Amino acid sequence: MNRGDDRVPALGTASPGLEHRLYELWEGEGGLQGFLSTVDHKKIGLRYIVTAFIFLLLGGIEALIMRLQLAAPDLKLIGPEQYDQLFSTHGMTMIFLYAGPILSGFSNYLWPLLLGTRDMAFPRVNALSYWIYLASGIFLYVGFLSGNGPNDGWFNYVPYANRDYNPGMSEDFYSLGMVLLGTSTTVGAANFIVTAMRTRAPGMSINRAPILLWGTLTANVANLLVVPAVSLAFFLLWMDRQFGTHFFDVHAGGQPLLWQHLFWIFGHPWVYAIVLPSMAFVSDGLPVFCRRTLVGYPLVALSTVATMILGFGVWVHHMFATGLPALGMSFFSAASIAIVVPSAVAVFSWLATIWNGRPVVTTAFLFFASTILLFVIGGVSGFMTASVPVDWQLTDTYFVVAHLHYVLIGINVFPVVGAVYFWFPKMTGRLLDERLGRWNFWLMFIGFNVCFLPMHLTGLFGMPRRVYTYGPEMGWTTLNLITSVGAFIFAIGVVLLVANVLKSRRVGALAGPNPWDAHTLEWSIPSPPPPYNFAVIPAVATRHPLWEGYLDEEVRSSLDRGLLLDKAKESLGTTPLDALPDMILRMPEDTSAPFVLTLGLGALFAGLILKSWLLMICGLIILTAALLVWLWPRRELREREAAHG
Amino acid sequence: MTGTTPLGYLASAGERSHAIVSLTWFTLLVSIVVCAVITVLLWIAVARARANGGAAETRAIRVGRAPKALRWIGVGVSISAIPLVITLVWTMVTLAATSGPPADAHLVLDVTGHQWWWEVHYDAVQPDQSFTTANEIHIPVNTRVLVRLHGADVIHSFWVPKLAGKTDTIPGQTNLTWLQASVAGHYLGQCTEYCGWQHAHMQLEVVAESPQEFQRWRVQQLQPAHNPLGESEQRGRQLVEFRCGLCHEVRGTLAASRVGPDLTHLKSRRLIAAGVLPNTAGALGGWIEEAQGIKPGCQMPNQNLTAQQLTDVVAYLETLQ
Amino acid sequence: MAEVVALRPGPLAVGPIGRRGLGWWGVGTLVATEAALFGYLLFCYFYTGATAPPGWLLEPRPVLKLALPNTILLLASSVVAWYGERGVLTHRPAQALIGFGGAFLMACLFAAVQVLEWYAKPFRLGTSSYGSLYFVTTGFHMAHVLVGIAVLAGIFIWTALDYFSPRRNLSVSAGVLYWHFVDVVWLFIFTSFYISPYLGFGQ
Repeated sequence: MNRGDDRVPALGTASPGLEHRLYELWEGEGGLQGFLSTVDHKKIGLRYIVTAFIFLLLGGIEALIMRLQLAAPDLKLIGPEQYDQLFSTHGMTMIFLYAGPILSGFSNYLWPLLLGTRDMAFPRVNALSYWIYLASGIFLYVGFLSGNGPNDGWFNYVPYANRDYNPGMSEDFYSLGMVLLGTSTTVGAANFIVTAMRTRAPGMSINRAPILLWGTLTANVANLLVVPAVSLAFFLLWMDRQFGTHFFDVHAGGQPLLWQHLFWIFGHPWVYAIVLPSMAFVSDGLPVFCRRTLVGYPLVALSTVATMILGFGVWVHHMFATGLPALGMSFFSAASIAIVVPSAVAVFSWLATIWNGRPVVTTAFLFFASTILLFVIGGVSGFMTASVPVDWQLTDTYFVVAHLHYVLIGINVFPVVGAVYFWFPKMTGRLLDERLGRWNFWLMFIGFNVCFLPMHLTGLFGMPRRVYTYGPEMGWTTLNLITSVGAFIFAIGVVLLVANVLKSRRVGALAGPNPWDAHTLEWSIPSPPPPYNFAVIPAVATRHPLWEGYLDEEVRSSLDRGLLLDKAKESLGTTPLDALPDMILRMPEDTSAPFVLTLGLGALFAGLILKSWLLMICGLIILTAALLVWLWPRRELREREAAHG
Repeated sequence: MTGTTPLGYLASAGERSHAIVSLTWFTLLVSIVVCAVITVLLWIAVARARANGGAAETRAIRVGRAPKALRWIGVGVSISAIPLVITLVWTMVTLAATSGPPADAHLVLDVTGHQWWWEVHYDAVQPDQSFTTANEIHIPVNTRVLVRLHGADVIHSFWVPKLAGKTDTIPGQTNLTWLQASVAGHYLGQCTEYCGWQHAHMQLEVVAESPQEFQRWRVQQLQPAHNPLGESEQRGRQLVEFRCGLCHEVRGTLAASRVGPDLTHLKSRRLIAAGVLPNTAGALGGWIEEAQGIKPGCQMPNQNLTAQQLTDVVAYLETLQ
Repeated sequence: MAEVVALRPGPLAVGPIGRRGLGWWGVGTLVATEAALFGYLLFCYFYTGATAPPGWLLEPRPVLKLALPNTILLLASSVVAWYGERGVLTHRPAQALIGFGGAFLMACLFAAVQVLEWYAKPFRLGTSSYGSLYFVTTGFHMAHVLVGIAVLAGIFIWTALDYFSPRRNLSVSAGVLYWHFVDVVWLFIFTSFYISPYLGFGQ
């Protein structure tokens, strides 16, 4: 075999000449062209984060309107039609357009920096996953804003979702929008998996990787396998609605429960996918503020995977009231109780890390530490409903609403805000204001608990979910008022976060590369990072490369001297478990193929909802053309080489 | 008997719900204790904080090696396992005891969930002993009642919290549930599976009474509607037959449609419109005139009757005891 | 004195060699997710059939006259595609072109026969849940076959343009892997829809 193309990569140290060369190779274009064609993971990650936050705010406004309507009995601020679209759109927005993408955004931004590499494995796919996410968000909100928002809840049960009972376009927007979003999630999952397995810095064996690798990797392996279930469910629903098929409709042999199985086979792993990466924020961030390494790293890493594996086997706990045989339900009840165990591992690890550390109370620390409490509260209400007989009384009441908000806000939003305080300095070069941060934290924490803690009682007192009003004789009046007040306090807290970000971007204190004196690789490079991330590729010896001096490690990572990979736009491919250097990766240049492909996809879906053949065909043509341009084997990426000569 | 929280299940009134209440208290107690313990531990851990501040304060504290603290995880998980196992076993026992259906059910009902009302059919071996009513179920105390649940349109969920947990009504299948009331009284129920615009207004009521009272009620329900003597009532009856009869049944008249609730003994119920309104003449009149204002989106259109027509109709309906 | 990790890497390949590239892993993840999709489709079939009343099967004894030979044709096309891949790996462009071209033609024939079979069925998409499941499942598979046809055409053309060598051929390996996946999925679909009724399912 001709080995003329192999090379021994040069080793060296950073120098202005090297940095200049790398800058020229990696810096993309500016302007609109650059905006549409960038494949830089940092830019894409930030876009994900900003877009997801916008959806968070939109979903929050939807929630506040509902809380106004429910603040007192028999109010007529909005009618049932609007209320139904509000609660459904709120759920869809928060769970699909905020909770998953925000974690994709942070992981996208952080992974190459944490893993000591120059970009994700598939930079163009990365851009594509963002553009499709944006397109699906716009698609779904065009539906909502035109009065055709989803109106059957975020889990959208049939037969109500079927044409007979839902003749408008609401369900078509939701179905097609979710199929479109599913493609973004899937290609993103492929990118994360391959990045994790093949592009870590040399020496970063799998047990030296940050917990964020474990959390996001687990979530994305799960997504890869279960997103097809929900995409299929929505596709089959759309077929039932538009093409007269009978998957779910009883009149011709369809099965309404088939929807529930398909949806929850996806839905349950999904809710773990939207908390495991944010739990990893806590696992990676808390040690910095406790000035100690994480207690029980191997157990935390393994419990992350164990939680997800068990998470595949509990979906029927959403269906305990559907009349299934007791034997089957017992199995799922047992699995749902058992899943508490791996979840508890992380909680005890965090507690131990704080207890045995020397904690410094910063705003980031407050958000991370409060996650522990909110996690436990959310966890125990889940434990209660895992028991079938108890679930028969509590399911579909506000008890479950309390549970899901404690786990989603407590284990996703709070760690995310902590992550914002923690990594904002790396992303922007400036620190967020700590005083404003304290107000932010306490208003969010107090508001959240005032809103959702009483909801456990509201549910125990029988208030059903998804009701647009209730009577004064039900005994829920005071509780609902307290909840509504808490919601607004929480909202003010969120506004303070936005204010802090906007203010500190301009006038925040300068951060430097490592303001927190933290231990992972991203803190060894400038803030914000240069487009190539690392001038020299580090070689890693431990889990905490920047703390090796403090901990007096015998073998130290090599951060100053390493592979240069400056001959072209290059990065390093390594082996899956031990991260030994394996190949030199040729990274793609900026290209607008992902953007154009998304335009084609968007046109196709617009054609499907508007029933326009023209749009569909144009979309398909654009899509195919973009795909051809993208996949055409390229010499500079070494995807082709003549057999002769 | 409704109390301050009519849909709260902790004040249970039947053997099936009693079993769930004790399990609830146990898991609730465990949950509260766990939360309290974690709160205390977290509080103490954070209270030992070395500093309060930002980046500079963080840097100022020297990094050290964490002591071997795996004991935390081991002990924590082991202690957590105990209530988990107890709950698991207790759950299985309770599930076996309460899932049913009971072998000795003396009364069998067929309940069908509609958007947005409950059709209740009392079955009997002889057809002339069976009858249909709506939204209000009567059962004798201390009797196990088998309820067969049917879905007519979308998925609803049948729930009378003080007597039993929820079971869905799903089109295409018959789900079984059972009720038993140990104490006489009125027990409120509610649909608890989102089913459309008026999901919030789809209540039912179970009235548990002595066997004699139940028998009296049952015999009365079997009677067809009597012919009223008054002129207004007779005019009302004609209107009911030819307009309301398009959707409603009043046995003993020409009104024979089963699209909407059976009205033969409308006035024997405590509430109307699936729990939304009290069963008074005024409320009835308001409901007939402006159902869409009270339950927007429900299947009953506003009737647009003249004042005289409305008076007549209400007068007739008032005779349907 | 602490020892700093010293890296002394040997010669590393630049870009993907054979199946070592990231693209191979990427197509692997694509195969995994699409396999899951078909898994869920078959779940729909078995769940609906298992909970349906008797008479659900619109074809209690599915006609194998076209389907069985078609299945064999598809499996053979995988062998032919593999033969073509070997041609690229052993520096025999003529073999490669025969392999990819042959697989392309066989795939087109499979698709045509399947369409004929669809027309010959006594039921339609909207006849019942069985009809819907049959046509949507085989329809999804057909969509993947069409993509596979495009892929085979692509690697045929690129091979003809002399793009690949025994070292650089990731597109070929990825494309042929995809084609094998399409075949394996068909085996599962064929067994579920055509064979399982003979074994008692859904009767």
